[in-house]
Amino acid sequence: MNQTIPLSYYLAISAVLFAMGTLGVLIRRNPLIIFMSVELMLNSANLAFVAFARSFGVLTGQIFVFFVMTVSAAEVAVGLALIVIIFRNKHSINIDLMNSLKG
Amino acid sequence: MASSGLFSLVPLIVFLPVAGLLVNILFGGRMSEKAIGTLASAASGLAFAVSALLGVALWTGSGGAVVVPFADWIHIGDLNVAWNFRVDTLSVLMMLVVSGVGTLIHIYAIGYMHEDVRFKNDVGRYRRFFVFMNLFIAMMMILVSGDSYLMLFVGWEGVGLCSFLLIGFWYEMDTLGRPSFANSNAARKAFIANRIGDFGFLLAAFTMFWAFKDLSFDAVFAQAGQVAALNPGIILFITLFLLLGVAGKSAQIPLYVWLPDAMAGPTPVSALIHAATMVTAGVYLVARSAPLYTLVPQAQTTVALVGGITALFAATIAVGQYDIKKVLAYSTISQLGFMVAAVGMGAFVAGMFHLVTHAFFKALLFLSAGSVILGMERGHHHLPHNGDHHEEVFDPNDMRNMGGLRKQMPVTFWLYLVGALALAGIFPLAGFWSKDEILADAFHKFPAVYWMLTIAAFLTAFYMGRQVWMVFFGKPRHPVAEHAEESPKVITIPLMILAALAVLGGVLNLPGVSSLTLWLEHTIAGVEPGEFNFFVAGLSTVLALAAIALSWLIYGRQPLAEGQKDPLKKLLGPVFTVFERKYWVDEFYWSVFVNRYVDIARFLADVIDGRFWHDFVHEKVIAGTYNWLSRTVLDLRVDQQFIDAIANGLGEWTKRISGSLRRLQNGFVRSYALAVLAGVVIILGYLILK
Repeated sequence: MNQTIPLSYYLAISAVLFAMGTLGVLIRRNPLIIFMSVELMLNSANLAFVAFARSFGVLTGQIFVFFVMTVSAAEVAVGLALIVIIFRNKHSINIDLMNSLKG
Repeated sequence: MASSGLFSLVPLIVFLPVAGLLVNILFGGRMSEKAIGTLASAASGLAFAVSALLGVALWTGSGGAVVVPFADWIHIGDLNVAWNFRVDTLSVLMMLVVSGVGTLIHIYAIGYMHEDVRFKNDVGRYRRFFVFMNLFIAMMMILVSGDSYLMLFVGWEGVGLCSFLLIGFWYEMDTLGRPSFANSNAARKAFIANRIGDFGFLLAAFTMFWAFKDLSFDAVFAQAGQVAALNPGIILFITLFLLLGVAGKSAQIPLYVWLPDAMAGPTPVSALIHAATMVTAGVYLVARSAPLYTLVPQAQTTVALVGGITALFAATIAVGQYDIKKVLAYSTISQLGFMVAAVGMGAFVAGMFHLVTHAFFKALLFLSAGSVILGMERGHHHLPHNGDHHEEVFDPNDMRNMGGLRKQMPVTFWLYLVGALALAGIFPLAGFWSKDEILADAFHKFPAVYWMLTIAAFLTAFYMGRQVWMVFFGKPRHPVAEHAEESPKVITIPLMILAALAVLGGVLNLPGVSSLTLWLEHTIAGVEPGEFNFFVAGLSTVLALAAIALSWLIYGRQPLAEGQKDPLKKLLGPVFTVFERKYWVDEFYWSVFVNRYVDIARFLADVIDGRFWHDFVHEKVIAGTYNWLSRTVLDLRVDQQFIDAIANGLGEWTKRISGSLRRLQNGFVRSYALAVLAGVVIILGYLILK
């Protein structure tokens, strides 16, 4: 009953998730997948917040998670709008075609 | 003292002529010629009246000097100069001569200039003449009434200016009326010769201030004895440099050359400025400085010798001249030599006496000569213009064109004769008394100068005789002389007054009575009544009569015929040529001084200023260095190679660095994300491992 899962386990999972998300962002070319990878990274961060909050017994981390979820929802809304616009112009959503802003 | 009120009138002698000239300047344009001339004469005449009142005041008073303060002028350090008037017997004597003779000449000029401006075709210049004449009287009054050497110098320069203005009165022509620079050159020559003298005067004044810390007569003379006892060289220096000033103003050797050329001025000017008054300023200066001169016998000897040599030298030149005014000019130089010799020997009264009588008879002679010239001009004017004489240039001054004028101009003839006899020193005319007093003094004090002056007196009588025979006797040698006409009364009446003075002037200082000596002894210490020396008087009278007889033998017995050469030329041969060409002194001065001066000026202009200063210093050194510095050093090296290299290098390097950096901006979002990741990893790694 008193046996609890140690904090480091949570953090390890959070790190794995974060790494997976990062890898997804860097490797995938489909913006939808990239967004999903970004969500994965955000949620890994949420997991770390919650784990710390529970471990230290403070509410701040829990509250912060709500903010992160809100921001990510807003971000996805903007991101999807961008994707629609890009598609209209390029008739594709391959991220590698979006490279006209270069030196 | 009742007479002190009269002394306070003394500024009027300066300001009456000034008022006259101001009125003529401001309103003369609307006044008739007669009004202009009358006003100017009245201004001068009133100044004479004031001078006479001052004389009366001195006569009734103690006779000592009265200093009337008038205005403050200079206060610098130790130098305090006020414009004070000095009324003493010497200055009043000069005032009376200047304004008295001056007034007569003003009246004469009313008639003379009336015709002169018409012969020269510029009626508008009539007014200007009288403005200058009044200015001259004012300046001369400042000169003689000043109480210090500096005020004397103000007048000295002022009369020099008037002399310049009036010699160059017809500045755009020569004496014959042809367009030329001759008259203005004569004016400049007078001015420059006088500047050399003024330079001497100034040096003397500076030395005086250095030695005495004061320039007023009383203060200088009071200390002169002490200074002379300690260091007579200072007084010698002062007196000799004053002598240079005298030589300039009173036309003595070596600076006399300007006076003959000054005859370019209208004849009243020659009479007033260049015979009667201004040129005697030097004599006045020596007489005024008597307390200084008597301290240094060397200076006195020098002055006497300069005067004696000038008297003889100029008299010989006068013998060989043909221009009626040039003869009188050299005669004036010679007579000034008499006066300078007299004051140099310490015979101050004799010198001043001759100054006064000379003013009378030389003004008379000049004005009569002016009347002769006008008579000739009238003859020329009335001559039928048949093309024969109209074309040729006629010289109304040339005595070779005259002859027989006794019949055409009887009044002028008699007046001229009086003047000539007075100048020749014939008993009992004024010249006899004054010249004999000088000769008697010289006989005792300075035998060498006595013999020079005696020979000069002989020559004086001779050239005056020559002139009278040539001008008035014989037959007319030119049609113009046949038609010559007598002058009007406005011209002859002042001449009559002057003639009366020339006859009676001797009474001023008759031997035994010596009124002038008694008058001047209040001012000049230690003067003695001149004694009458029968040997000297007899010899000079015999010589004068012999000279007149000689001139009759040469010029009178057989009058000069038309076109004939001067008979003296046959008798004297080359010696006469030397006289006629004035010893080539002008040519000598030209080649030794003027041309050398021109050479130096040309050298300075061409070589120093042109080649050295302009071509070398400005063009080569300054402009060349600047060009080299700006083009080669600053432009090529500093700007193009250094500053441009910095600017270009910065651009080049920016381009190169940005060229390699731009490859990072490949536009792939994923590589940016990778860079962000890498950045985060590096920063976190740093923070953790720190």
